[in-house]
Parts: sequence; C-alpha cells; structure tokens
Amino acid sequence: MIKHEALEKNVSLMTIFTLVAIAIGGLVEIVPLFFIKSTIEPVKGMRPYTPLELKGRDIYIREGCYNCHSQMIRPLRDEASRYGHYSLAAESMYDHPFQWGSKRTGPDLARIGGKYSNHWHIAHMEAPRSVVPESVMPGYPWLRKNNLNFDDIEKRMQVLSIVGVPYTAEQIANAKKDLADQASASSDASGLAKRYGNKVPKDDFDGQADRLTELDALVAYLQMLGTLVDFSSYQAQTR
Amino acid sequence: MGQQPIQQHPYDYEIVKKFSAVSVIYAIVGFLVGVILALQLAFPDLNANIPYITFGRLRPLHTSAVIFAFGGSVLFATSYYVVQRTCKVRLFSDFLSNLTFWGWNLVVVLVVITYPLGITQGKEYAEPIWPIDLLITVVWVAYFINFMGTLVKRKVEHIYVANWFYLAFILAVAMLHIVNNLAVPVSLTDSYPVFAGVQDAMVQWWYGHNAVGFFLTAAFLGLMYYFVPKQAERPVYSYRLSVVHFWALSFLYIWAGPHHLHYTALPDWASTLGATFSIMLLLPSWGGMINGIMTLSGAWHKLRTDPILRFCIVSLSFYGMSTFEGPMMSIKTVNALSHYTDWTIGHVHSGTLGWVSMISFAALYHMVPRLWGVNIYSTRLINFHFWLSTVGVVIYIVAMWISGIMQGLMWRQYDAFGNLSYSFAESVAAMHPYYAIRAIGGVVFLLGALVMAYNLVMTVRQDGNASQRAAA
Repeated sequence: MIKHEALEKNVSLMTIFTLVAIAIGGLVEIVPLFFIKSTIEPVKGMRPYTPLELKGRDIYIREGCYNCHSQMIRPLRDEASRYGHYSLAAESMYDHPFQWGSKRTGPDLARIGGKYSNHWHIAHMEAPRSVVPESVMPGYPWLRKNNLNFDDIEKRMQVLSIVGVPYTAEQIANAKKDLADQASASSDASGLAKRYGNKVPKDDFDGQADRLTELDALVAYLQMLGTLVDFSSYQAQTR
Repeated sequence: MGQQPIQQHPYDYEIVKKFSAVSVIYAIVGFLVGVILALQLAFPDLNANIPYITFGRLRPLHTSAVIFAFGGSVLFATSYYVVQRTCKVRLFSDFLSNLTFWGWNLVVVLVVITYPLGITQGKEYAEPIWPIDLLITVVWVAYFINFMGTLVKRKVEHIYVANWFYLAFILAVAMLHIVNNLAVPVSLTDSYPVFAGVQDAMVQWWYGHNAVGFFLTAAFLGLMYYFVPKQAERPVYSYRLSVVHFWALSFLYIWAGPHHLHYTALPDWASTLGATFSIMLLLPSWGGMINGIMTLSGAWHKLRTDPILRFCIVSLSFYGMSTFEGPMMSIKTVNALSHYTDWTIGHVHSGTLGWVSMISFAALYHMVPRLWGVNIYSTRLINFHFWLSTVGVVIYIVAMWISGIMQGLMWRQYDAFGNLSYSFAESVAAMHPYYAIRAIGGVVFLLGALVMAYNLVMTVRQDGNASQRAAA
C-alpha cells in the first residue's frame, strides 16, 4: 500500500493517478455506446437529410436555435400529448452534432414537421408575435432576404459521409440539382424522389417562387423534423 | 499551511497581474451580456431584428465569456500565483506564461467575433469552431507544461493541496476538450463532429458536466484551498479530508454527465449510472465545503471586519447549496420536472454567481493589493460589493426557482377532461414577471462587479501615484 505522501512528493505519480481517476467514468459510459447494438434500434424510414434540409439544419445551428428549443421528446404522458411519440435514438443517428438541446424556452421541435403550414412558418420567422402573441422568440426577417449559398453542398455531404452518414455517390453528384428541385413547387422531382424517397416534401418553402433563400432551407428542415418514422407501424422493442 | 516565512523570491507577478486585469474586464463583459439576454427574454423586441444580437447567437457568447474568459483568466492568474508561492520558485517559463496569456486572449477575441456572426460549432459550451479549438489546445498544452514544470522544480518537498486540484483541472479539461471537439473540417469556419445523435449527446454532456466539474469546481476548489486559509490566517481544517475528497471528487465527477440526458434516447443504464454517481458526488462536494468553512475555526470573529472573508464563506455556502441541489435534480423523478426548465438555469447560477464568482472576487481582492504592493483602496466598497453580489444572486435564483417549477408544473397539468391544461404559449406568458425580476438580480450583480472594478483600479493607481511621488 502506497502512502499518500508518496504522491504528494512525486509529480509524475500524482499525474498518473489523477489521469486514471478521471478517465474511468468516461470510458465506462461512452465506449459501450458504440458497441451495444440495442443503443440505436433500427427503424424504418430513417434517411440522411436532403441537401436542402441539410442547409436548413446548418442555418438552425448558425442561429443557435438549440439554445431555446429541444429536439428530444421524453416518454412522459404530457410530452406524448403535447408533442407526440417519444424520440427514438435512430431519429438523430445522422445528426452531427446532435441537437437534443437542454432548455425549452420555446417548445420542443422534434416533431414540428407538418404541424404548421409553410405560410405559418414564413409569418412566424418574419415576426413571431404576429402569430403567437405570447412568444419571446426573436424575429428572423433576414432569412427570407438572404440568398441561400450552397456552393459547398457536395463538400459538406462528402465530409458527412466520412463521419458515417451513408450518402451515396449519386446523391452527392446530384446535390445541387436536388436542392434546387426541392425548393421549387414546379420542378420535376423524380430524381429527388428516387434518391430520398417519395415522402420528401417540396415547395417554394419561403413563398417566393423566383428565389432560393435561407428561409427555403430552414422551413424545409423544420417541415421534415420527426416525420421520417411511421409510428402507425412502429413497434417498440421490449426487453 | 500557516504563516510562511517571508522570503524574497523572484516570482513572476507580471503574468498574474495581466490575467487579473483581464479577468475583471471579462467579468463585466460576460455579466453585461447576461443582463442583455435576461432583458431579451423579458422584452423580446430587444432582439431588434438584428442577426448579430439575437438571443441564439448571444447566449453562447455569455456562457463562453463568463466561464472561459472570466473564469479561465481567474484560474490562470490564481494558479500562477499559487503554484509559485507554494512551490517557492518562479514559473517554469516566461515564454510559456506569455504564450498562455496572449493565446487565451486571442481565443476570447476570436470567440467574440465569430459567435455574433453565427460562426459556431453548435455544441453547447463548446461552440468555438475548429481552428479556435486547435488554438485552445496549443494554449492548454503550454499551460500544462508551464504548470508541471513549476511543480517539478519546486523547492518544497510536498505538493500543496491547491496544486492537486489545479493539476486535475488541467488534465481533465485537456481530455474533455480534445474528445468532445473531434470533427472533420468542411472549410476554415465549418466542420461536422465525428459523433452523431446518442453518442454525440453522451460525449457532449460528459464534456459539459465536467466543464462544471473540473473548470468551475475542482479548479476553484484549488483556488479556495489557498485563498481561504490565507485570508483567514488559519491552517486548512483537515488534511485527511482534503486527501479523501480530492480523490473522490476527481473519480466521481466524470461519471455525472448523463444526468443531463434522463428520459432521452440515451440508454437507461447510462443515465442511471450518471444519476447514481451524481448522488454520491454530494459527499466529496460537501467535504470541500466543510473543509473550507471549518478553516475559519478560531477565526470566526474576523467575519465581522473582513468582507473578503465574508465573500469566501458565502461562496462556500452557495457551493454547498448547489452541490446539494444538483444531486437532487439528478434523481430521475425530480429531473422529469426540472429538466428543460428555468430551474436548471437557476441552479447553474447559484453555482456560478454564488460560488465561482464570489470566490473569484475574494481571490482578486486578496491578490491585487499584494501584487502591486499597496493597500486596498476601500474596504467599505468591498463590503458594498459583497452585499450587491449576495442580494443579486438571491433575487436571480429565487426568480428562476419559481419560474422553473411553475413551467414544469404547467407543462404536465391535465384538466378534468384529460386534456393538457395549458398551451406552451401560456407557460411562456406566465414567465414574464420572473424573467423581469431575474434581469433585476443580474443588474444588481453586475453593479457589484463595476464597484469591484472601480475599487481595484483605484487600488492599483495608488501604486502609480506612489511611484510618481518617488520620482518627484
């Protein structure tokens, strides 16, 4: 048995013992999450974000929405009533970084998709209190004015595929076309549907047919949140 | 530790002075941004449709400014001061000292520029983009070498307890920072983290909670272990307790992260582990509090005349209170109510304003006159600051307790027909008075910091006047 005095007199020993003490907890809690299969139950319907949704998600992160909105519905009765089915691990499996949040100054957004019309979102982002008088959310009028810059969309998808999002070469090659097609009500969306499925909503999300703005991307992202998994057929695995 | 013999050692006080000075500036900036955010929540038109000052972009600026700019500068200043005085040698390398100073300040400047522009990594408390993360890593390695080097060449046999805590803090923050920020760059300003979803959440809160555990707790306990005995002129109450609670705290804290993820998609076993260790953490936390407070044994009468000591004791009391509240909130049934609400915000601020800021103020008031070789300008102003801080914190956390618990209860309330009683918007409207009261608490606390800044500037200027007189 070493006496504590030995550590107090030896910098190296002190450092090594401290390192061991602070390393164990993280190792035990983090490493198994990569190996225990039941950590993320496979569910039908999950797909990577379309290029437009991905840009929308980048804007969501840029504006710091996670500071006030969670994307994680807990399995509690009131949350089921208010927001819908509790969030599954699989639903954020392509989220680099995760956006579960820690505070609900505003409501949870995990299943905001399809809950309101595009026009509601346009009005809400322009001036939140015009549609929700009690809201304390800032207005985001610049989103509808700023043209969407998506020069680097292929690069973004490539990087995401490096970290594990299963984008195909075809999806990356057609990124710019798919992005523009999704943000237009009148485009031919067969390519988009082939690559991302029939359920992908497409529209002039920002209400401006002639322009492709940041609001197009953000609303496209919000409108798909929580809609991928079909909960009418989903059965929770019980252990 | 008792009275150390007064000997002349060629300590590097210049670096301590520099970090002390910027810490006061960053305190005011960080608190001011906090007040702006509080007012924005009470009066949302203050977001003014200006992208750069919206709540979502400013809030990370507030957290980074207070934790890393203010807290970090205090820790650099005090650790450099303490390690020199307890090892009785000059810092290992002047070059590394200056590298940490200019590097750390460059990090702060880059953060202040990038966040309002929306250039962020989008991970809470780890928002800096990857080039800034690399710079932080460089500064931290320099800090580690400088601190270790000083310990190695020490002229006393034992490493003093304060330095154990500083060492654990430097090691833990290095580990957390590197793992949590692993990312693949897209461009100079953008990157995607290597982890996603549930794993990213676990890594993030392993990091996030131990930013609290090691940056805001272990390191400040190190600070406490030097400045409380010095100010009270009493030895540390129990050596044995400091050994036991140091190792227990270092080992247990790192497990506590998953209590931020109760009832989420994180597997139950992980969040249960997190809660279990969080509850155990009460013991070493209170070990530190008891050791600090009991150090005043035989010196309690000094509280009547010494407002710096008052800062120490109230700070330790807030530490004890928030480290009781934390384990309680990590219990799943309590967390089901408290999570996502302002209760968490109140809890954090009783720790950061009550414990971290107040013990930092005490250390600054203790150090600055000694660094510049003058007496404090006004003890009455310290006392005034003490009351402003205490009243400000109490207003703040009481407002957040009420609003947080009210939110939690409103969200889960059902009416007789089995429908939710309140829409979310109604709960937002109910928060308004408490958001306004919280802002008042913040303003009072900020005023205290301004009083401190005035007092310290006047203190340091005496030095200038004295040397001018000497020259004349």
